[in-house]
Amino acid sequence: MAHKTAAEPKALAKRRAPNDYNRYGLLFCIPFIAVFLVFSVYPVFRTLQMSFMQYKGFGKETFIALDNYVRAVQDPLFRDAFVNTLKMWGLNIVLQLGLALLLTIIFNDMKYKLKGLSLFRAMFYLPNLIACTSVAFLFKTLLDWKYGSFNQILLKLHLVAAPVDWLNQAGTAQAWVGIIGAWMWFGNSFIMLMAGVQGINHDYFEAATIDGAGRWTIFARITMPLLRPIMLYVAITSLIGGLQLFDVPYLMSGTKGAPGRSLFTAVFYLFDMAFVKNQMGYAAALAFVLFFVIAIFSGIAFKLMNKKED
Amino acid sequence: MTQKAKLQSNLVQGLLYLFLIALAVTCFIPFWLMLINATRTGNEIMTGFSLLPGSSFFDNMSIVQANLDLPRGFMNSLFIAVCSTALVSYFSAMTAYGLAFYKFKGSQAVFTIMLVFMMVPSQLSMLGFYNLVNKLHLLNSYIPLIIPSIASPATVFFLRQYILSVMPRSILEAPRIDGANEILIFHKIVLPIMAPGIATMAIGAFIGSWNSYLMPLLLINKPSKFPLPVMVASLSAVRDITTNLGATYVVVAVSVVPVMIAFCFFSKYIISGISAGSVKE
Repeated sequence: MAHKTAAEPKALAKRRAPNDYNRYGLLFCIPFIAVFLVFSVYPVFRTLQMSFMQYKGFGKETFIALDNYVRAVQDPLFRDAFVNTLKMWGLNIVLQLGLALLLTIIFNDMKYKLKGLSLFRAMFYLPNLIACTSVAFLFKTLLDWKYGSFNQILLKLHLVAAPVDWLNQAGTAQAWVGIIGAWMWFGNSFIMLMAGVQGINHDYFEAATIDGAGRWTIFARITMPLLRPIMLYVAITSLIGGLQLFDVPYLMSGTKGAPGRSLFTAVFYLFDMAFVKNQMGYAAALAFVLFFVIAIFSGIAFKLMNKKED
Repeated sequence: MTQKAKLQSNLVQGLLYLFLIALAVTCFIPFWLMLINATRTGNEIMTGFSLLPGSSFFDNMSIVQANLDLPRGFMNSLFIAVCSTALVSYFSAMTAYGLAFYKFKGSQAVFTIMLVFMMVPSQLSMLGFYNLVNKLHLLNSYIPLIIPSIASPATVFFLRQYILSVMPRSILEAPRIDGANEILIFHKIVLPIMAPGIATMAIGAFIGSWNSYLMPLLLINKPSKFPLPVMVASLSAVRDITTNLGATYVVVAVSVVPVMIAFCFFSKYIISGISAGSVKE
């Protein structure tokens, strides 16, 4: 309720009007700011605080400085869980980006103008819509050693002589988690890459065609370099998401990480520490260690992919 | 020579189509098997696969009904998803408008902090969030699953870019001269203009909430309050149902089919939402 004082010059009073409007901006943002502070900002700082404590998640908290962090970097099980995550994510990203790029090439080929892009795009995106719990359950039953449809199909086609126990061997179980991840996400990457191609100025293609460039040259020299920022974006978001891999391995392994801890991912391990083993303080430290590792990896990925080609 | 080249080109085109169709089938077949298996008995499923429906759907349904309160789970999921979608749509639009069209003290800071938090992986806040909810005695309540939707940085960011590109500042002049209240202007003029952008985000938010698993798993432990994904995951704990696979598939199908139907109607919005995320202005 700031009333103008008589002494105030007229010009200043005139300029005041937009400022009055601007006060509403804060009003519009207040609900967001309040909820954001309570449910997003505070929890991160609370996690940070807990990481310096010996804390079960209930009861007494004792300050132990960096002990949790020292333990985290020396924890061989955490390292194993992290390596598992990298293996599964690695297979996932190679398949996912490879397939998405292949599809982008196919749909942008100037010689074979393929139809039905929007239909195929929708079909490829379908697996991404389904809850992880359903995906995990579906694949767990489809891949079942004895009763799964997948083995039944393979047997019928005489591709295998005996049913394969996919989910009870470390290697195949990890491979399947990677494949499922790719299956869920390649449609998403494909849509992003296609959007990227459609965002490229058509004059470039025309100019190159007039200059007599072939379709492969155009792809390699124009499309690919201009797609690079989006590939980088897809790779980094997938890295951040992939290093947080949890639901599918958690559920596929019946919440135990079996076979032989091979499906224990880093976040799975963290979850287990916090909510099963009641070592909340240590789990909080693991969360921050993981965050730093993700930040470093993202930084490296950014540097590598953003490097100018000579 | 040219005819041979043409033949070859047709052949390649055919092969490419074949590849695309095979890939589309790979994306679709698990869902098809799920629907088919929901209509077959556990025995039939265990002894062989089939691409054609069986006749035991209603038997499976009654087994499910005897063991699980499936309609309850469905309503729980629907309630959470509808509430959080409404909140995320309304408040994100409001915040986006506030940040895009007003300059107030700290608006730049809010925007910057929001961007920073978009990059922070969720497990950093997960433990603190759980601790907070526990201390507020809100475990087994839907409040911590719904209220945080008010602050969704990614949605605000998208809608801010959206409104800046579709709404010129001059639109606000006429109603202001007529003396309309800013809050009225937002509801009567700005919201309708933002509607397509909001719709894109709302569909994504609905599906995300419908599918979310980790948070409800942590915060809800009363079976009567389980949303569908937690119910699906708890199936292995219910014995009668796992011995009857067909009934289990019914439960999974009930959680998946609504999303698939929604996708049939809204796929354009969903796909434009993803594309918008990748192309920076």
